[in-house]
Amino acid sequence: MNEPDKKRIWSEYQKEIADDHYFYVRSCIRQSFFPGSEQFFLHLIRDILGKDIYENPSHTTCTGIGYHTDIVPFQTIMTVVARHFALMKESGYKNIAISCVTSFGIYTEIIETWKHFPEELEKTREYLLKATGREFDIPENMAHTSDIVYKFRNEIASKAKFRLVNKKTGEPLKVVEHIGCHYSKMFPKYGVGGAEFPKVLSGMIEAWGGEVIDYPERRHCCGFGFRQYIVQANRGYSLSNSVKKFESMKPFKPDFIITNCPGCNMFMDKWQYTIREMEGRTYGENGLSIPVLTYEEVAGLVLGMNPWELGLQYHMVQPEPLLDKMGVEYSKSDKFITKDGKPLPAPEKLINV
Amino acid sequence: MNSMVDVLVIGGGVAGMEAAGQLARSGYSVILAEKEPLTGGHLKNWYHLFPDRRDGNEVGEYLDNLVKNKNIEIRNNTCITGITGRKGKFTATASDGQVVEAEAVIVATGFDLFDSRRKEEYGYGIYPNVITSADLEKMFRNGSVKLADGGVPARIGFIHCVGSRDEKVGNLYCSKLCCITAVKQAMEVHEKISGVKTFCFYMDMRMGGAYYEEIYREAQEKYGVSFIRGKVSEVSQGYNGRLVIKAEDTLAGRPLRMELDMVVLMAGMEMSDAGEILAGKSSLRRGENRFFSTADNHTASNRSNLKGVFYAGTCTAPMNITESISHARAAVTEVVSYLREKKQRDE
Repeated sequence: MNEPDKKRIWSEYQKEIADDHYFYVRSCIRQSFFPGSEQFFLHLIRDILGKDIYENPSHTTCTGIGYHTDIVPFQTIMTVVARHFALMKESGYKNIAISCVTSFGIYTEIIETWKHFPEELEKTREYLLKATGREFDIPENMAHTSDIVYKFRNEIASKAKFRLVNKKTGEPLKVVEHIGCHYSKMFPKYGVGGAEFPKVLSGMIEAWGGEVIDYPERRHCCGFGFRQYIVQANRGYSLSNSVKKFESMKPFKPDFIITNCPGCNMFMDKWQYTIREMEGRTYGENGLSIPVLTYEEVAGLVLGMNPWELGLQYHMVQPEPLLDKMGVEYSKSDKFITKDGKPLPAPEKLINV
Repeated sequence: MNSMVDVLVIGGGVAGMEAAGQLARSGYSVILAEKEPLTGGHLKNWYHLFPDRRDGNEVGEYLDNLVKNKNIEIRNNTCITGITGRKGKFTATASDGQVVEAEAVIVATGFDLFDSRRKEEYGYGIYPNVITSADLEKMFRNGSVKLADGGVPARIGFIHCVGSRDEKVGNLYCSKLCCITAVKQAMEVHEKISGVKTFCFYMDMRMGGAYYEEIYREAQEKYGVSFIRGKVSEVSQGYNGRLVIKAEDTLAGRPLRMELDMVVLMAGMEMSDAGEILAGKSSLRRGENRFFSTADNHTASNRSNLKGVFYAGTCTAPMNITESISHARAAVTEVVSYLREKKQRDE
C-alpha cells in the first residue's frame, strides 16, 4: 500500500464540517439496539469537547427504511425530511448532525434532488406548509456524526486514557473499518475520503493508535441491504454477503470491527452469532468472534469510559477480549445492572464470554 | 523574441512533426513549437506498434528525419498558451513570453493519457503492481516485465476502457486504441514470460483497424490470451499480497473473483492539458468530448472555427499513428490551399 498516494486520494475528498452548534437527529436502529452510542456522542460533544448540540423532541424517523423498501414514496420522505429541517430552523440551528448513515444518504439524496430539480423543492415547501404550517431552510452544513468525531479525532487522542494498542505486545490493534454503503458510495464528494479509500473511520483509528486492515472485501456490503434482509425470503442472500466479508477479513486477524452505519453494526454483530449457530464457524482468533463497535463506543473506550455505560454489553459479540487487549478495566458484576443498581435482563447466549 | 513565419505548428508529436515536415518540403517556413524538451510526443514511450508490431523508434526516426529541414525551426520547451488575430496574421504567445507571428496555424496539441488514479477503485498509485499500459510499454523498452519486488508475474489482467466509455469520469467516447493495445501487450507479455496467464476484461472488443481482427485471433489461438466480457469493479490486495479483482463475466452471467500478480489499466485518451490551455485563451471551439471541434465532421475535419487555424491529429479525437499522420497530411493540403488563395487575394 502506497501511503502517500492513499493520503492524496483522501485529500481530494475533504468536506467542510461545522465546528459547533449542531442540530442532532437520531437513528431509529441505534436508539433501539445500542443507545449508549448516541448517549455518549451527546456527552462527548457537550461535556468533553464543550460544544453546543441540540435535539428537538418532535423529531421523528426519516422513514428511510420504508423508502428503501418501496413503502414510503419519494414525495413523502422529502416532506418528512423537510419537516426535520423546519424543526431545525425553529430551533435556531443551521448545522445538521445526522446519527444514521441511511438517513445521511436520504438527506443527501434529497438535497441533491432539490439542487437539480428546483421544482421538487418548491412542491415540498408547499406540501409541508399545507400539512403542518411549517417552513424550512436547507442546512448550511450537513455532517454525519462520524464526520464530527473525525473532525475532533486529534482532540480525543490528546485526552486518551487508552490507545488502540495491544497492552501486552505493544503492537497496534488491527481494525476492520466499514463505512456503510449509503455514507459515500452514492455521493463520494460528501464523505470524508470518498468511497474507495474512505478516511472517516480509518482517520480515527490511526489517530488513536490502531492499524487499519485493507482486505479484499473491504468495500463489500455488510449484508443488510434493506431488501436483502427485510424481504424474509432474501435473508440467505444477506447472510451470504456477510460470510463473504468475514471470510475475507479472517486471515488478517482483526481485533475488532468499527462501523459507521447502524445497520452494518447490527448485521456484522448479529450475523456472527447466526453463522456460529448454523455452522459453528467463527472469525476471530482462538475460536472467538470479532467485536463490532460503533465509532462512539471506540472513542468512549479511548477516553476511558466504563464499557458498560457505553452499552457494549448489548452487542451480541461481547467485548471482553478487546477490553483485555487494551487494558481497559471492567467489573463483571456491574455488567447487567442499571446505574442505580437494579438488575437488567441479561441475554442468554452471549458470544466471547 | 518575435518571429514571422508562414505556418506555426503547435505541438511536436506525430501529427505536428508530420505536418511541419510536409509543409517544409513544399517550401513553407515553419516554426514547430513543442512544450517538452524533445519532439516525438507519446511515440517516444511506445515499444512496438500495432498491427505489425514494428519498433516504435522506426516511425520516430522517420519523423525526426522529416523535420530536419532548413525551413523548420524547432522550438522545444515552448508552450503556446494563446492565439489572437484572424485571417491573414496570427499572433501566438508562449508561457515564457515568446511571440510568434504566422500566416496560418496548425494546432496539433495531441492527447494526454487518462490519469488512472481517477479510477480509484482500481488502486493505481496505491497498489504497486497495478500499472498502466504506458508503464508496461516502459517495461518492454527496459527489457523485462517485473513486479514491484522484482519477481516475475505469473498472472496478469488487462482492464480495458479505463477512462473511456465511462460516464462516471465524464468520458462517453471510445478511445479506439486501448483494445488493440491490450491485445498487443498481452501477446508481448507471453513472449517475454514463459507460461504466463493473461486475462483481458473488456466491454466490447473494438477491432476496427486494418489487421486488428487478425491479431485478436492470433492472441487467442497462438498465445492463449483469455478474453472475459465484463468490467472489473474493483482491485484490492489479498492476505498473500496478490491483487484480487472482482468482475462480472457477462457472457457466463456470473460474478467472478480472481487473484492476479499484476493488473494493467488500459488508459484512454483525453484532450491534452496543452490543448486545454490553448482553448482557454483563444476562441477555438470544443466538442462535448472536450477535444477541439472541427468545422465539419466529414468534409472539413482539419478546419477550425477560425479561418487560418487548422487541426492535425488527436487534438480533435482519438486516433492511431497511421490516422494521425494521414490527418496531418490532410491539414497540410488545407493550409497550402489557404495560403495560395490568400496570396492571390493579397496580390
